Amino acid sequence: MSTTIAVILMLAVVAYAVFGGADFGAGFWDLIAGGPEGGSRPRGVIERAIGPVWEANHVWLIFIFVILWTSFPEAYASITLTLYVPLAIAALGIVFRGASFAFRKVVVTTRYQRMFGGLFAISSVLVPYCMGAIVGGVASGEVPAGGEAGDPVDSWINPTSIISGVLAIAVIAYLSAVYLVWDARHQGDAEMVEYFRRRALIAAIVVAVLAVVGLIVLHSEASYVFDGLKTRGLALVIATVVCGAGALFLLVRGAPRGARLLGMLAVASLVASWGAAQWPYLLPESLTVSDAAAPSGTLQAVLVAVVAAVVIVLPGFGLLFLLHQRDLLPEEGVEDVADQASGSLPS
Amino acid sequence: MSATLTELVAISDVNPVPWARGQMAFTLAFHIILVPLGVSWAFMTLIANYRAIKHDDRDALVLAQRWSKYMAVTFAVGAVTGTVLSFEFGLLWPKFMGQWGAAFGVPFAFEGLFFFTEAIFVSIYLFGWRRLKPWTHFWTGVPIVLAGLFGAASVVAANAWMNSPQGFTLDSNGNVVDVNPVEVIFNDAMPLQALHMILAAYVVGPFLVASVYAAGMLRGRTDRYHRLGFIIAFSVGAVAIPIQLGVGDTLARWVYNNQPAKFAAIEMVPKTSDDVPERLLGHINNQGEVSGGIPIPGLASWLSDPSTGKSTTVQGLDAFPADGRPTYGEVNVVHLAWDVMIGLGTLLFLLAVWYAISWVFRRRMPQSKWFLRAAACSGVLAIITMEAGWVVTEVGRQPWIVYNRMRVEDAATGNSGIWVMTVAVVALYLALGIATIVVLRGMSRRYRRAGGFTDHDTPYGPSASPGDTAAEAEEEPVR
Repeated sequence: MSTTIAVILMLAVVAYAVFGGADFGAGFWDLIAGGPEGGSRPRGVIERAIGPVWEANHVWLIFIFVILWTSFPEAYASITLTLYVPLAIAALGIVFRGASFAFRKVVVTTRYQRMFGGLFAISSVLVPYCMGAIVGGVASGEVPAGGEAGDPVDSWINPTSIISGVLAIAVIAYLSAVYLVWDARHQGDAEMVEYFRRRALIAAIVVAVLAVVGLIVLHSEASYVFDGLKTRGLALVIATVVCGAGALFLLVRGAPRGARLLGMLAVASLVASWGAAQWPYLLPESLTVSDAAAPSGTLQAVLVAVVAAVVIVLPGFGLLFLLHQRDLLPEEGVEDVADQASGSLPS
Repeated sequence: MSATLTELVAISDVNPVPWARGQMAFTLAFHIILVPLGVSWAFMTLIANYRAIKHDDRDALVLAQRWSKYMAVTFAVGAVTGTVLSFEFGLLWPKFMGQWGAAFGVPFAFEGLFFFTEAIFVSIYLFGWRRLKPWTHFWTGVPIVLAGLFGAASVVAANAWMNSPQGFTLDSNGNVVDVNPVEVIFNDAMPLQALHMILAAYVVGPFLVASVYAAGMLRGRTDRYHRLGFIIAFSVGAVAIPIQLGVGDTLARWVYNNQPAKFAAIEMVPKTSDDVPERLLGHINNQGEVSGGIPIPGLASWLSDPSTGKSTTVQGLDAFPADGRPTYGEVNVVHLAWDVMIGLGTLLFLLAVWYAISWVFRRRMPQSKWFLRAAACSGVLAIITMEAGWVVTEVGRQPWIVYNRMRVEDAATGNSGIWVMTVAVVALYLALGIATIVVLRGMSRRYRRAGGFTDHDTPYGPSASPGDTAAEAEEEPVR
């Protein structure tokens, strides 16, 4: 049963990467969209695209935490004991991002919009970097099991962590750009379609280069995971390459719908390949999934919660996305006369 | 490079335990203010929304619409501060989580489920004003209310488990080897504690919202919109507060029977005896001598078990080893917090009685300036009451994180650099708190200037057609 839960945990991580990650990626494009004049159009597309969904997407992270600490308490304790610095930065970054995005939406003066917008954008880059660095620290075996803390600095400032942190930013930026091409087309903004399509192509190339660099780093720094990618995770690695190439092809051809699906699959299989590569370890070569697993009663309860989530949450999640994509969630409420008088963000 | 960094971390060789406790207490104290709004505001919004559709009430519609916008801000802030807590469980209490996560974590698996549901439907409700049909839109708000109730119950179940740890077996090394999830969730402390917190949410949230409208009325904004906002919110709080007093009383008796050390701290009882007085305020010194305050003879004994009255024996602090009960300093905190909770809770109850009497005899809310002044304070008072109650249960459990099973100092992280995070968190949260208030006030001021909707821009109105929306967009001033 611990295997089932581990797979569910991996699926939650994948979901967070392809949904929550893309929202962070939108923050990256927001960050580099330029000044308030020139950047207002792409920012408008971003705002409309992620406004209604980011909060629901964020909950995947809570789900990951809850499954991890309930089902594999020793792994959660070891990771938090060693990697407390990037985790603390990520936690604070999440506060900055969520709060400032919500604030930016409701303030009307340009000054405040820029302040909150800036905080939103910077933290949108910081958090994924930390998440990537944490994954890198785990993958390269920097987190020891058994209640002893690993090195508080080397565990996340090391070659694997740095490359995976940078890769994380590139991947979510890529994914987000691919989604935004579709969103911009949906919003009927041809210029923005082209704007994000160009950026998606550049990001795709950056991701490909970083992935190759990452493999080289893994080869010398995290041999267990590197070997795993050649064996247990090979199918997923191939899926990543095929889907990634397919998405690139469709982007060049200007077919955003197919590109969106393939881009999502590419990132999903990339993340999943990491999980497969370090199987059967949660913390490579020191703590296996079955050793870390909580007693069966706990795992059963988690399974019940997950099944309930599939029955209750997934339809709701689907409904949210369906309504969003059919433009039934056009804006936050209606325009108050108040908003019109003082001229809010055109939303 | 990393060697110097490690040294830097080592220089700051500070005992992490007080910092971990302080940080956890601070972030929880902050988060718990947002919880009632997340749990009960959706309910109040739906009342206004229902009235708006059923009676074609324009003021109610404006209220519901604006409340949903405010709610979105407080929900977002609550979501991120809640996320910080899930980081802190590990960052501050890794040994606690490693040892007990398999049991303590179970309620959170369900909390995650409800939080997910809440987040999804908050988004649908908030963004669905214009394009969903009125009743469809109303019903998308109902899951928010339900998820709030069940989510709060799940989180409190985890806290209740710390007061009443059960549903697990330990091996000879003290590791959790078998877990009964149903017993973990529905532990003995859970039903009353969960009910007490949910009611607290339905007291604090409504009084907080009502206090804003009371303040508005004091400044002369006595139009129907303000009165309606006050009446909807205050009525919910006024219904909840008497029930809360009853539940709180029952819960106190549960503590008397099951957490006698906490109860001794609450009543500030140094020695086991019968005929124990209920002491208002007062102080206990390091020798365990009680001084000051107003003792009401025999009342603590009588309240603990009315069937035996004054002859009820109450266990004193001397019944427990000094390292297994709160310190005298902590006893003073618990007792004071208890008095504050009871005192302010009673005041809120009396305010609700005033309100109810006016409705019964005059068929309208009290018009007195003094009532409005008291009501304008009720939100802050309700928050203080809730915080005090939370202090009672948390400080009263000391020195245990898991009652009689694990001490706080054995649960904390060994990272001596944790104080850096504490400082950062406090600074960030202060900024966050100020920003939240400034943003909410800014929204309110902007709404007030405008007064209401223009005719062509009403929710559920004809402007739903895309053509109108495009036309409006063009009219808007370009920035």
